[in-house]
Amino acid sequence: MSDWRFRLADNRSTLLAVAIFVVMFILYISNHPAGLTANVVQTASNKAVLLAFVAMAQALVVITAGIDLSVGMIFVLTNCLASWLVVGTPLEVGFGVLAVLATGAACGAINGAIVIFGRLQPIVTTIATGAIYFGIALALRPFPGGSVDETLADALTGRVFGLVPASLLVLVAVVAMIWIPYSRSVTGRAAYATGSSEAAAYMSGVPIRRAKFVAYTLSGLLAAIGGLFLTFFTYTGDAAYASGNAYTLFSIAAVVLGGVSLFGGRGSAIGAIFGALAFRTIGDLLFVFDFDPLWQPLFQGLVLLFAVSVGAVALFRVRNRLDWFA
Amino acid sequence: MPLNEPLFRMEGVSKSYGGVRALEDADLDVRAGRIHAILGENGAGKSTLIKIMAGVVAPDQGRMILDGREISFPSPAAANAAGIVCIFQELSLIPDLSVADNIVISNPPRRFGGIDRREQRRIAADALARAGASDIHPLALVKDLSLSRRQLVEIAKALARRPRVLILDEATSALTAADVSNIFVVLKRLRSEGLALLYISHRMHEIAELADDCSVFRNGRKVATYPAGSKTNAEVVELMIGREYKNVFPPKPPPVPADRPPVLECRKLSWSGRLHEISLTVRPGEIVGLGGLDGQGQRELMLALFGVLRGTTGEILIDGKPTSIASPSQAKSDAIGMALIPEDRKTEGLMLPMTVRDNLSFAALERISRHGVIDGAREQAMIEDMVRALAIRSAGVDIPVGALSGGNQQKVVIAKWLMNRPRIILLNDPTRGIDVGTKQELYVLFRRLTAEGAAILFYSTDYDELIGCCDRVLVLYDGAVKRELVGDEITEHALIASALDIDAAGPAAKAVHS
Repeated sequence: MSDWRFRLADNRSTLLAVAIFVVMFILYISNHPAGLTANVVQTASNKAVLLAFVAMAQALVVITAGIDLSVGMIFVLTNCLASWLVVGTPLEVGFGVLAVLATGAACGAINGAIVIFGRLQPIVTTIATGAIYFGIALALRPFPGGSVDETLADALTGRVFGLVPASLLVLVAVVAMIWIPYSRSVTGRAAYATGSSEAAAYMSGVPIRRAKFVAYTLSGLLAAIGGLFLTFFTYTGDAAYASGNAYTLFSIAAVVLGGVSLFGGRGSAIGAIFGALAFRTIGDLLFVFDFDPLWQPLFQGLVLLFAVSVGAVALFRVRNRLDWFA
Repeated sequence: MPLNEPLFRMEGVSKSYGGVRALEDADLDVRAGRIHAILGENGAGKSTLIKIMAGVVAPDQGRMILDGREISFPSPAAANAAGIVCIFQELSLIPDLSVADNIVISNPPRRFGGIDRREQRRIAADALARAGASDIHPLALVKDLSLSRRQLVEIAKALARRPRVLILDEATSALTAADVSNIFVVLKRLRSEGLALLYISHRMHEIAELADDCSVFRNGRKVATYPAGSKTNAEVVELMIGREYKNVFPPKPPPVPADRPPVLECRKLSWSGRLHEISLTVRPGEIVGLGGLDGQGQRELMLALFGVLRGTTGEILIDGKPTSIASPSQAKSDAIGMALIPEDRKTEGLMLPMTVRDNLSFAALERISRHGVIDGAREQAMIEDMVRALAIRSAGVDIPVGALSGGNQQKVVIAKWLMNRPRIILLNDPTRGIDVGTKQELYVLFRRLTAEGAAILFYSTDYDELIGCCDRVLVLYDGAVKRELVGDEITEHALIASALDIDAAGPAAKAVHS
């Protein structure tokens, strides 16, 4: 067999997520009254990048066979922090952005440290730390408010050359600067190895701890990028509990839609991004087909179930029933 | 034989696991440019020996010397760095990564901070070629490869680390015949390149073909080292057995009449290339043993009978009637009345955090409930009966079963199934890791159950048990019944010779009932 067939097989789940999104998006555009205009694309992009960043964050952790239930809360916390810090002179704004990103990374690093050194399960750890992060967010913004540098906000949520949505460019830049180097690094490979078979990874002398720590830290950083963008869209900080929880759950849905295995070791952050885009498009589709928005959760659920069922087909080929539980 | 200094030497190395001596005062010399075979029964200490060499476990006592310098390995990575690489029986490959990713996993080539994929590809192709497996594509995912191919990748992975001492632990057990002959060519070439190879295998003809030196282990001790070819197969088997035989078994009753109809019979049972046309019968009152080396299909046979495996072919007959068993819950139903005491009591036999009471009741819930509600009084009575009958020593039935000793835990697993009054009992190595006293109680129990009319199929890795407990023994090799031993024919000689698939003509090993 030639190389491309292996590469295709290796990226099948990611490509499937891309295909699902493309089909949904074409359906959306072709039924949209305005059609494919820069404006429609910009709106779609701005709505989707928030979940895309949080889904990327989730994907990094899920690849190590963990799960991060605090991503939504880091997202909310960094939103509240940005509404304090990303104001003032350009220099202050610059430092504010860095401080917000550093805070997100620190939150992720704390998760990672507890999971690695405390040997606690990721699910419990991140429920607890998520609650703490939300508590801090609430202390920062007991009531919605604050502001953000509007020049920067408008620039990053507007269009470049009147055509390409800036938020989409930032997303591409983040993929190019964080995900691609990470996935090609020794640490990134170690993350996949750890998620696929931690025992085999240990026996092969793979740096398991470093892989997990970096995955959680980058996850926090990506969630913070999402939090910054939330601030750019809303111009305020809001410690919204429901919003944090929704983003956490939707990020898991996006990751699954994007072909990242919840058992770890398979999938990519790019798949997760397309999973997020597809998940967001469900709502848009309902809109152009004149469905009541109340149907949105139901359809999101159906799409998710469908995606998970496709992934479960392999179980029908299991010949030793004990493998179902392995 | 060149009398150069050994490349690697172990002196007086000992290791215990919780009071059980796995390795005692072992010495071993490994020389460059030679293949050293390690022989021994299951549990003779071979695995512990190589785990110590490979840095997986630390020895309690003793010294290891490499190149004349004393060394110790805190981790497998440290052993690798020193040039000692082990290919383990349990594969160490990562299923979701490609072959090339796996081959360089411990030390990937780097470029600009990332992994140099072109260089990685080159290393992988090179290592695969050295392992005689150039037909494996470096980009294939490991999980898509067959077991035999994976084993070759494992060997390539080891070679990519440029080892000086290469340990192969049953490395050929999963290989097809074609791959085995490839590997032999590879191993001989490595020997001529000056590597020291340690070769652990149960296959005598492989050892005869490859080895320069042989060491025999028994009960955690090294009993002999000799140049290959200087002993006959019979002498080697003698060295491997050679332990005193304690009579802890209850007397065997007279043989069950051959005309008594079997309660369990299977005909030409096959599964997925792992079981090959196995036919057997078990009559009420009989204990039929399953012998052979570990991993020759005994476990799969029991799972197949118990309805766990899908896609089996052949026939299973219960009371002479063809029956299809599709799940454990069907297997345990009154119509069939089967019970399987699983191999791993901690994962498949017990819910460790739950109480003794709950664990005992699981398999018999239908029996102790009325209209879906558990009848507490009835449950209590049955549990008390069981605890008394099996002499389960526990501080009450309401403590977590995980708090009991291994032997008592195993009694709970067995009692749990006896609550269901099974007619057919499949025992999968039920005495592994439990103390002698409890073992003895279990042997008596098994005999009592057959006297009451049960039929038992008994797999054991302990040859003494097969000899002491069984009326007949079927020896499995590579998923097929190699030989059936009846009554006095069941001797260690016959068991080991047929398990190794050689003809170490002991006086009783002549008959082949097939």
